[in-house]
Amino acid sequence: MIPPAFEYLRPKTIPEAIAFLQQYGDEAKILSGGQSLIPMMKFRLARPGYLIDINRISGLSYIKEEDGFLKIGGLTREAELENSPLIHAKYPILFDTARVIADPQVRNMATLAGNLAHGDPANDHPATMLALGAQVVAVGPEGERVLPIENFFVTLFTTELQHDEIVSEIRIPSPPPRSGGAYLKLERKVGDFATAGVAAQVTLDGEGTCQRVGIGLTNVGATPIKAGKAEEFLRGKKLDEANIAQAGQLAADDAQPSSDLRGPAEYKKGLVKELTRRALSRAYERIGK
Amino acid sequence: MANKQAIQVNVNGRLREAMVEPRLLLVHFIRSFAGLTGTHVGCDTTHCGACTVMLDGKTVKSCTLFAVQADGCELLTVEGLMQNGKLHPLQEGFKAEHGLQCGYCTPGMLISSYALLNKNPHPTEEEIRWGISGNLCRCTGYQNIVKAVQYAADKLDQGGKKDDLPNIA
Repeated sequence: MIPPAFEYLRPKTIPEAIAFLQQYGDEAKILSGGQSLIPMMKFRLARPGYLIDINRISGLSYIKEEDGFLKIGGLTREAELENSPLIHAKYPILFDTARVIADPQVRNMATLAGNLAHGDPANDHPATMLALGAQVVAVGPEGERVLPIENFFVTLFTTELQHDEIVSEIRIPSPPPRSGGAYLKLERKVGDFATAGVAAQVTLDGEGTCQRVGIGLTNVGATPIKAGKAEEFLRGKKLDEANIAQAGQLAADDAQPSSDLRGPAEYKKGLVKELTRRALSRAYERIGK
Repeated sequence: MANKQAIQVNVNGRLREAMVEPRLLLVHFIRSFAGLTGTHVGCDTTHCGACTVMLDGKTVKSCTLFAVQADGCELLTVEGLMQNGKLHPLQEGFKAEHGLQCGYCTPGMLISSYALLNKNPHPTEEEIRWGISGNLCRCTGYQNIVKAVQYAADKLDQGGKKDDLPNIA
């Protein structure tokens, strides 16, 4: 399949890229990993007149802890997350997520920032970022904006990002002691989108009750879903079997799946219930490890 | 109409230059411009991995990259595995262990396995299956592909054949 013709631009700096975005407006698209955009162009679901390839902008690929945050650069690839000892040791929920995205070749190109900016509720990182309470750093002509992930996803394929903004960094608050997290996804085969996925991140206080809890859902609505009812229910409670099961039920209530080739809506609700139970249990097991 | 752009790509150690439309996919550059038809177009939708090549040392699906993105980069395709007229141990392994039937997926399987062994010379069966999880085979059931990769890992281990590997970063 041959995509429609376009002009190819390859800026060396972020300001240069933003200038192109301003110049070409809605006709321009950022090319980052390209693993969603290029297939869409081949199907002619996307027809940008100008592609702004940011892959040669230096200094945008990093994973570091700084000022109480885990900071991930806008061009950091999924494979880098998957292979990072820091992510593996301290952010297992992120390791869980990166390694179930598409397949090894796609992960060598695909970026975390692109996974969020694409605004696809079937993508995996949005749920995890909702669970972690992440922030998206967007750079535009006026400078930097820090966008809380809770308000980032507007509707299908639409985010808070303006057309002249680029995601330069993702910030994740470093989890306090006694924290744990997990991401679980059911997929029909490697490389498929989730039938459903659940991310859970919890922090306990000295008494063993839930101080902070984040739960995000993949591919069960028009946007990634923050399971607010389940989070609220668990806050201040112990993570025992009964409470975890109840949280699963509440997360399923928050899900708004539609029936499709991956299964009927009722099945997906049941799946959210069970995956939430398992993700919370695994998060709990990981606390203190 | 989009302007053509000049690109230079090092393919298997040989510099290839071309004027290309930006929308030219990397796999079509490899097949039609470089004339190397070992890299296959399978699904053309980023699933099957038949078009897998190494770009600057990392496996990518060349149907999901534009040729202009590879400007100034190094590519390894299946044709680059054979050195001095000798099959690479992975190619030997696929032959010896019947790692192919129709052969359509084989070039991609070889490149993914090559990348795997570069990174992890002694993979477990699970690691091999994980390493080729972006490559589909509809003939073999994968069993003999796993054996072929194990064959190559053993051979590379015994023979110190590392020197025979093409020098790609």
